[in-house]
Amino acid sequence: MEYVLALLPMLVKMAIVVGVLLLLPLPLTWMERKIAAHIQQRPGPMRVGWHGLLQPLADALKLLTKEDHIPAEADRRLFAMAPVVALVPPFLVFTAIPFGEPVQVFGTEVTLMLSDMNVGLLFILAVSGIGVFGTILAGWASNSKYAVLGSLRSIAQMISYEIPMGFSVIGVVMLANSMNLSRIVAAQEDLWNVVVQPVGFFVFFIAGLAEAQRIPFDLPEAEGDLGAGYHTEYSGIRFSLFMLAEYLVVVMLAALNVLLFFGGWQGSPFFLPDTVWFLLKIGFFVWVFMWFRFTFPRYRYDQLMAIGWKVLLPLSLLNILVSGILML
Amino acid sequence: MEQAFFLLLSAVAVGAGLLVVIARDPIHSALALVACLVQIAALYVLLGAPFLAVIQIFVYVGAVMVLFLFVIMMLDVRKEAQARFLPKAPLPGLIVLVILAGELIFLLLQSARLHAVMGPGQPVSEQPPVAELSLLLFQEYLLPFEVASVILLVALIGAVVLARSDEADKNAAQRKAPRGAAR
Repeated sequence: MEYVLALLPMLVKMAIVVGVLLLLPLPLTWMERKIAAHIQQRPGPMRVGWHGLLQPLADALKLLTKEDHIPAEADRRLFAMAPVVALVPPFLVFTAIPFGEPVQVFGTEVTLMLSDMNVGLLFILAVSGIGVFGTILAGWASNSKYAVLGSLRSIAQMISYEIPMGFSVIGVVMLANSMNLSRIVAAQEDLWNVVVQPVGFFVFFIAGLAEAQRIPFDLPEAEGDLGAGYHTEYSGIRFSLFMLAEYLVVVMLAALNVLLFFGGWQGSPFFLPDTVWFLLKIGFFVWVFMWFRFTFPRYRYDQLMAIGWKVLLPLSLLNILVSGILML
Repeated sequence: MEQAFFLLLSAVAVGAGLLVVIARDPIHSALALVACLVQIAALYVLLGAPFLAVIQIFVYVGAVMVLFLFVIMMLDVRKEAQARFLPKAPLPGLIVLVILAGELIFLLLQSARLHAVMGPGQPVSEQPPVAELSLLLFQEYLLPFEVASVILLVALIGAVVLARSDEADKNAAQRKAPRGAAR
């Protein structure tokens, strides 16, 4: 019995995180469509609910009731597995993300994170790196040229941009003397890292955009030349699982940007609880990602590789060198 | 609890390892290997070595296996992989299997050295700090570390040289042909 009681806070936290993450894409799709519409000077969804607020529910119903189509030549087992595999890493990442200082609930201290790892940052980078498997599986299992091309592009892109992304956070780790995310946030109490590590933030933000495969780096699903890339052959509920994974990756990257460079829950105005302030910051970064999507055109493929290897990688290495010299 | 997790993880790891060998499609084999490596990373977590687990996922799952899959997809090796390695494989294979299994079991039961290595370990109460590891790596074992990195660099350059010479020949051949045709 005591055993169960000890596990109870963990189970509750897990249930909350999973529930919120599963429902999050509903408001996010509405937000994305509204932002797109207002940038393009049109109203966007208006009919279902007040200002189209219920549109995501209608979309979800549509996707759920659509025919689940599997191409005849597809590798059926892998085809069915791919969306689930794509969904695992984004959820896994949130086990290591802290949402605030530990709080007192009924006299016991509850940490606002699932697992307080000493290598939390490294864990997040590693797990988000395996997000590419869903894409590979989807592209291969569909047995269609657009899907395979899309997934090849996405593998090359994710391998290339993982390296500058990993290097760009080394400066942050050096400043905090720890790879524990709570300590990284604590180290930014006086000054946010974005002030001390502007180059690191620049590289991390751009590499993050590329990892999430959002415009201007969305070549794997360039609808103009590849149909829809790796999920060309997917429809209905399986397609929506891919969309869910993509939105979660965006939220994860926003959370990482806030934690590493914008002080996490530090610097909250006096009336806001820390966690709410942290979530607001994440919301801001999600909005920035969406704003970018409807502002920038897509890069060409060779430009994408040139940016990754010839600009971001040397910049991130230089950043480590300069921060090291300054710290000495 | 810990034992239950260990049994679960190792059972899945062994099952995935079997699937690597049994699966007919090389992509399926590679994916089974991914599953196996992830289970091993989870075992490291269970042993109280999260850093090692994360590096395992980073290097093996995130980099090596992705490259494997990339190559399999690019080369389309389905047919070659289905050809049998030895024409009459089952009998010699079985003999080698029995010998290897016998050796392993003998070692596990008899070898004093192995038991000295595997002797009762200290229970891990806290997560070991990463700083200690880096101090060991960059002070005490600096020379082996640097040698390993140089070896890796040499392998990298060798691969680039091998790939480049092939490509240069091909490009030269391609460039010659149209010129001749124009004349």
